Amino acid sequence: MLTYAVRRLVLLVPVLLGVTLITFTLTRVIPGNPIDQLISPLASQQERQRLIHQHGLDQPIYDQYFTYVRDLAHGDLGTSFTTSQSVLKDLVSRFAATFELTLYAMLVAILIGVPLGIASAVWVNRWVDHLARVLSVSGIALPVFWTSLTLLYLLFFRLHVLPAPYGRIDPGITQPRHITGLFTVDAFFTGNWNAFRSVAEALILPVGVLAFVVMAPIARITRSGMLEALESDYVRAARSLGLSERSVVLRHALRNALLPLITMIAVVYGYLLGGVVLVEEIFAWPGLGRYVFDGITSSDYPAVQGFILYATTIYILLFLVVDMLYMAIDPRIRTARERR
Amino acid sequence: MSAAAAAASRARGGIAGRLIAIGRWSRANPVTAAGFAIILSLVAMAMLAPVVAPFGATDLDPTSVLAPPSASHFFGTGTFGEDIFSRVLFGARYDLLIGFGAVAIGLFLGCSLGAVAGFLGDPFDEVIMRVMDMLSAFPGFILAMGIAGALGPSLRNLVIAISLVNVPIYARLMRASFLVVKESQYATAAIGVGAHPLRILVWHLLPNTWTPIFVQATLQFGYAILDAAGLSFIGLGVRLPTPEWGVMMSLGIERIISGQWWVSFFPGLAIAVAVMGFNLIGDGLRDLLDPRRR
Repeated sequence: MLTYAVRRLVLLVPVLLGVTLITFTLTRVIPGNPIDQLISPLASQQERQRLIHQHGLDQPIYDQYFTYVRDLAHGDLGTSFTTSQSVLKDLVSRFAATFELTLYAMLVAILIGVPLGIASAVWVNRWVDHLARVLSVSGIALPVFWTSLTLLYLLFFRLHVLPAPYGRIDPGITQPRHITGLFTVDAFFTGNWNAFRSVAEALILPVGVLAFVVMAPIARITRSGMLEALESDYVRAARSLGLSERSVVLRHALRNALLPLITMIAVVYGYLLGGVVLVEEIFAWPGLGRYVFDGITSSDYPAVQGFILYATTIYILLFLVVDMLYMAIDPRIRTARERR
Repeated sequence: MSAAAAAASRARGGIAGRLIAIGRWSRANPVTAAGFAIILSLVAMAMLAPVVAPFGATDLDPTSVLAPPSASHFFGTGTFGEDIFSRVLFGARYDLLIGFGAVAIGLFLGCSLGAVAGFLGDPFDEVIMRVMDMLSAFPGFILAMGIAGALGPSLRNLVIAISLVNVPIYARLMRASFLVVKESQYATAAIGVGAHPLRILVWHLLPNTWTPIFVQATLQFGYAILDAAGLSFIGLGVRLPTPEWGVMMSLGIERIISGQWWVSFFPGLAIAVAVMGFNLIGDGLRDLLDPRRR
């Protein structure tokens, strides 16, 4: 299993190189000269030339690519035009806010989506199944920024049950002491219940809308996986042995429906990374999505490209984890791959 | 199901017979029929917008700014006194066009690449599919953001960004179908009777590869509209004053906490209805066309 992991990590290198090639191409086709972003239009020709030379823009394109990759290998994603900080530093400092949001959204989606999927497979065409179908279709069709705004209007403006969309914590409450960067965890371990309450309230709506979207594919894939498993020979065998229906469904069928579910979770996490851009903008959430949104509106291309590379790397690594999980769960895959 | 009945009523001929057939089919597939009804009304809305809309898409009425929905402005008015109902109607033109453009370009590029990869085999296969792997290594919306950001915000670039993201989907499907039909007996038979390779490709192979791609394209039509609205929402797509649904919604962000819900509510509802329509059709077609699911 370890050798397989190492081999997969090595195989990751060409994929990541390909990804950098695409992000590099994207940075180079940006309309306008990046120098114009850095320099006042009144600057002398000489000054322009100096800057162009300094940024290596007078080098041949393949040299520029090598420099880009070399810098990346040193963890240098460029310097943001707006914050004047290294993009990597910016991304790392905002990562916790986004991670907290997506993590809870994912957990909520799994905790509701999986039981919903199981129930709709067990009771096909009964009311649970219809409910699941309605939820799935609306989860897919309703734009996440629409549900955010509409629920914000209802729960904040009309009913006053949730706080205004001013980020991770009420601006009037001091942030919990930094331990992990996840405010809920930090507030919990420092016993700062005042902050914990505020953080939790701020999380409810953004987590809810994101979870609602990702829940749909999770429930769907659980349902179809369970349906297939429930019609299989091993389930018939388990039933004929007189096992309780509960044990048949939850131990025998569910375990076999797990594989596609895990892949789907990885796939939808990629969706979350995109959807979070829209949600963070609405809730003034100081995370990666907000950062990239600000980057877009101020034409801060190193920031945008840095985010894309960062998000993609996370996404790819996630699929590596999925493959490892496959091996852990399914002995057939384990032996097949180790023999190779 | 009613294939025989449909054939019978077609034999009876005329528009009446055809209507009866459509009615029967709709009763057997109410969900899919609802999807078709939604999309057809959206298309009608787009075409009739100049006739039906009470105001122009960019008409501003400074005397009624941010007015709630009323008899004169069904969906209220926006920050500049624009009539949101009229703009939602005109928006159907842009959003359907974006969806269509994105699907058409993605379909064309993806199918061509997939067909080349599947028909010609290595080394084309290897090169094309590795490039597709790289494109799909990106989370979709984020790659579209990158492309749209690099090309600059405009309607055309928005369509390009979304279509490029979808190319790998079609390429994979096309290639997979080709690998299957290439080995099929009817292909062997066509080769056996000495048909020209191009003739085999166009007449024997292509028609048998459409089903999964057609279903996927319908579903992607909806997602394309959703993604386009999202990109416009964050300022990477269509710009104001174009009456596109996503960009209209972005005007509502600051309005929602001061209570003017209608600014973003109605354009968002339009997006949801459109996406739902295409989804219902796509799901229905999949069940209809895939014999294993019947």
